[in-house]
Amino acid sequence: MAINAMRSGLLAVGMCLTGTAAAQTVISIESWRAEDQAIWDDLILPVFEAQNPDIDVQFKPTTATEYNAALNARLAGGTAGDIITCRPFDNALAMYEAGSLAEIGSIAGLSNFSDVAKAAWSTDSGDAKFCVPMASVIHGFMYNKDAFAELEIEVPKTESDFYAVLDKIKEDGTYIPMAMGTKDQWEAATMGYTNVGPSYWAGEEGRLALISGDAKLTDDVYVQVFEQMAKWTSYLGNGYQAQGYTDSQNLFTLGRAAIYPTGSWEITGFQENADFELGAFAPPRKDADSKCYISDHTDIGIGMNAATENKEAVMKFLEWTTSAEFAEILTNAAPGFFSLSTHDIKVENALAQEFVAMRGECEPTIRLAHQILSRGEPALGNQLWTLTANVINGSQTPEDAAKEAQANLDGWFKP
Amino acid sequence: MANTERPTHRRPIRWYILVFLAPATLIYTIFAIYPILESLRLSLFQANENGATFEGLANYARLIQEPYWAEQFWNAFKNNVLLFLMHMLIQNPIALALAALLSVPTLKGAAVYRTILFLPTLLSVVVVGFIWQLILSPLWGVTPAFMNFLGVGSFFKPWLGLESSALVTVTLISIWQYVGIPLMLFYAALLNVPEETIEAARIDGLNGWWIFWKVKLPLILPSLGLVGILTYIGNFTASFDLIYSIQGGLAGPDYSTDVMGTFLFRTFFGFQAQLGDVYMGATVASALFFIILIGVALYLFGVQRRLQRYES
Repeated sequence: MAINAMRSGLLAVGMCLTGTAAAQTVISIESWRAEDQAIWDDLILPVFEAQNPDIDVQFKPTTATEYNAALNARLAGGTAGDIITCRPFDNALAMYEAGSLAEIGSIAGLSNFSDVAKAAWSTDSGDAKFCVPMASVIHGFMYNKDAFAELEIEVPKTESDFYAVLDKIKEDGTYIPMAMGTKDQWEAATMGYTNVGPSYWAGEEGRLALISGDAKLTDDVYVQVFEQMAKWTSYLGNGYQAQGYTDSQNLFTLGRAAIYPTGSWEITGFQENADFELGAFAPPRKDADSKCYISDHTDIGIGMNAATENKEAVMKFLEWTTSAEFAEILTNAAPGFFSLSTHDIKVENALAQEFVAMRGECEPTIRLAHQILSRGEPALGNQLWTLTANVINGSQTPEDAAKEAQANLDGWFKP
Repeated sequence: MANTERPTHRRPIRWYILVFLAPATLIYTIFAIYPILESLRLSLFQANENGATFEGLANYARLIQEPYWAEQFWNAFKNNVLLFLMHMLIQNPIALALAALLSVPTLKGAAVYRTILFLPTLLSVVVVGFIWQLILSPLWGVTPAFMNFLGVGSFFKPWLGLESSALVTVTLISIWQYVGIPLMLFYAALLNVPEETIEAARIDGLNGWWIFWKVKLPLILPSLGLVGILTYIGNFTASFDLIYSIQGGLAGPDYSTDVMGTFLFRTFFGFQAQLGDVYMGATVASALFFIILIGVALYLFGVQRRLQRYES
């Protein structure tokens, strides 16, 4: 009996194995979010695979800084994955124009996204869409709540509050006021310049004015932001010039720094590593009467490799990413990445809620240089990295940096 | 039939030479000559709506005339030249001095020193980059604490992050890692200096110091030339790995450690918001090829031919 049962059991298992192996389509996802491997493997993909047993989805990320270069090389060599995680605007657009990304406008679920979200992955005319919007990240500052309580400081609201807080932390000396370095350069621009900048150039107004040619980077509002960056220098830790991104992260999560200019994408990692209360506040407004602005950046989209051999399976997966179910899992499995869909999703993570709350108070905009301004040589997005780092390092004056950025932009950009 | 009536004293074709040469020629052609020719070809094209069109030397003109390219190109070139000079003036003299010491016959434990000095060369560049970044880190590194202990803590600077010192620091790290290679070449050459010659010099009344300068050094001159040219080539090709692993693709701060390799990497593959340009990338690669070619040619015709080899 037992032997018989075992035999039939084995037979059944064997049939299952051969059955699935024959019918399953394997598709893979290219992504720069290597940190999210576990979230995709354990929480997101099993749900899809349970509903579509004939499709096996694999999440295959590359390190963030290598992603664009590696992906383009793989696309050119025909070895890229079936599904491509898209950077917003110019970068994905260039991939679409090069024929690497497929048009996916036929996906019905795209109606679940606002036009603003879709604009990040459409051609300028809006006719063709090449990625499904996935998530946005919100910029702001995280702070060590314990440190703030210990020093009896309130969360700053305006620029003058902000510097008062920093002065107080510096005077006390227990904590480094702000954890940021200039070694990797992108932090300076992303966490500094484009984080606090919208308050000065009035968010979308200032961003669109640059694109239309009505404003120049040498205008006061943009130079002021560089001036802010120059002011930050005295609040950074010793040797910030050789301090990289991971150094800053560690400095903050080890409780040695009080404030960390950042974005919501850090939530998961920081909550795992920090053993103190974390809080978040929006970039300071210019003064009590002015509006506040946040960079609520359409950061991640997901599209199809035009050369994939599994179009049907990929489309099925992309369709699923437009669903409320996916939005819900993503928002709560990866707190800090806020679904761009219009589904009503409840954010459960407390720190993520603090970031979402900023949307209620402040006007949203996206990162300054991502749309159109990064299409030429040099791409303004990259230029800002080096220039902001230079300003903080004191090797370039704010006026100088602004002048260089504008001159470079003038070199190729016609509004 | 005519063949058989021809005189038979002609040597038969030595097919085995071809057979022996074939594998190396084949591999070298596929993996070295063909890619070089292909990138030379690509450098003559420019991308446009219909793929790419032939533009002659336009890319080279852009590389040295258009401010955006010229600035990066000359900066990278200048840094490469500095890197080369520093290696020639620091690395190779140190290697020569160490080799001279190691080859002293009365030195005890020469094998141990030799191994220790050569060890860093065996490490992966990424490991070396990571270790030195940590050692020099103003936050977690041992250097600040160690310098404080010695009472010179106030002289500590985040060297890798300062424009004024980043290139020198990276160079010193590279020297620390690679000093073993010229060391071994010099050492091997010094061991080849015949004992009788040294003996004769000693009988003539020269001490160790003068024996080195007057006898050994002239005899190992060909090795000096070889090390020089290897240093030259290495600076243009191998410098990329270390700089990329320590300073990243942007070769910061403010491109102060940018070399031809990192410049080529950014141009060819793109970097973050900047998209890669295969054709400009190929142009940079070809320019690099010509720079190396010119250097090697100058060495071959200018130096190598004048070097005398002394046979014992």
